[in-house]
Amino acid sequence: MQPTHRSSRILLPVRMGWVWITLFLGLTLNLVPTRALPGVPDFVALVLAFWCVREPLRVNMGAGFWLGLLTDIGYGSALGQHALAYVLLAFIASTMSRRLLWFPPAAQALQMVPLFLMTQVVMLVVRLIAGAEFPGWEYFFTTFTTALLWFPAHFVLLLPQMQPIERDQNRPL
Amino acid sequence: MSVVGHQPPPFFKRGLPASARLTLYLVLSIGLLVADLRFRYLETVRHGVTVLTYPLQIAASTPAEWANRTYDYFSSLSSLQSEIKRLRARALDDAKRLLREQGLENENHQLRELLAMRERVGARSIAAEVLYTSRDPFARRVIIDRGERDGIEPGLATIDNAGVVGQVTRVFPLQAEVTLLTDKDQAIPVKVVRTGQRAVMFGAGGGMLELRYLAANADVEPGDVVVTSGLDGVYLPDLPVAKVVRVNRDDARGFARFVCQPIAGIERSGAVLVIGRNVKPLEDPTANDPAPDATTPGGRPKRR
Repeated sequence: MQPTHRSSRILLPVRMGWVWITLFLGLTLNLVPTRALPGVPDFVALVLAFWCVREPLRVNMGAGFWLGLLTDIGYGSALGQHALAYVLLAFIASTMSRRLLWFPPAAQALQMVPLFLMTQVVMLVVRLIAGAEFPGWEYFFTTFTTALLWFPAHFVLLLPQMQPIERDQNRPL
Repeated sequence: MSVVGHQPPPFFKRGLPASARLTLYLVLSIGLLVADLRFRYLETVRHGVTVLTYPLQIAASTPAEWANRTYDYFSSLSSLQSEIKRLRARALDDAKRLLREQGLENENHQLRELLAMRERVGARSIAAEVLYTSRDPFARRVIIDRGERDGIEPGLATIDNAGVVGQVTRVFPLQAEVTLLTDKDQAIPVKVVRTGQRAVMFGAGGGMLELRYLAANADVEPGDVVVTSGLDGVYLPDLPVAKVVRVNRDDARGFARFVCQPIAGIERSGAVLVIGRNVKPLEDPTANDPAPDATTPGGRPKRR
């Protein structure tokens, strides 16, 4: 597989170990106490969406569901809140996979904004129905910081699949 | 397994179609949400799975804690010295009151004996430090650095040097979660000091509190101090909670709106005291199920 479908560079096949490590790393980063700083990116959503776009046959709604449950428990929020949002995110990301991979990473990040926004809105709606108070508009900053991180994530997460470009001077083609 | 909109040829082994899996997971998550938010069934499950996320939480919070400690270490000497000076002055001030308190306590004890009243329940307290604010943006909760191991139980009150901060809602092995009074769902039974009027106080959003279920003509004025009533058997009585800042008496509705400002530094306190009663509160004598009698009327006790 290539980094994007337009690229002529061939990547090594993905290792599932790396996928799971990055997902749990995202979960750990999400649990870093940030003292109510506005706009802390949602790392699990980012990594999950990334692998759902890259490998929709291996990482999909199941991973979203279980990671969502773990996030819920880590956050102390309503059980099922993140699970619901991440399942929807995984579903839509895997649907978009074929189209999205034709774009360069920056354009992909732009197209991920509505998806991350939807994740936030789903969680907001769930909690508002349950009777929580509105957390303020800075709640939506997370969407944009997460989408901004898509661009660096594209290179960091694909790093183990990159192989050095061999320049063979004697190659006829 | 199949990707949405791209069906594999039927001779490959396929799982459920994507839309079916989506429905399944959505139903599961919504079921969990209802079970948790509406019926509160899942507290034990949550407590169990905490074991899984706990190492991750520790891994996440340790570097942040180190960073904080390093910052504290390099914080300027002068600020520490001024703090020491302030604390010394405060200690002197407190000592004066503490010396008198011993005398007052003895006097109180004697007076209560004279009146044949029950002794006031004693208190036990555990000092703790607020580690961080919970990541959930919809609730106002903090995590403190004492847990099950230190004898913290759910339901204990948390106070700082000025007044009540909140209540312990979840207990983990090494940490506990305190729901602050300003949380929308957090209620605390209180009374107004000036009149003795009892009421229930809720979080009102924006860091304020609200007295609810008081009649529109209730005798509450701005500036009144509100303390815990201790009627619930959870909070100790007479802990300062809030000061009334605004009263809106709207004749159209039966209730007035009493907006209060918390006395404790709820959103900014660092060191807190988890405080509880020494003895469990008595069972509610008016509860519906009568306790099984040891003796039948007129007969002998069954066992001696």
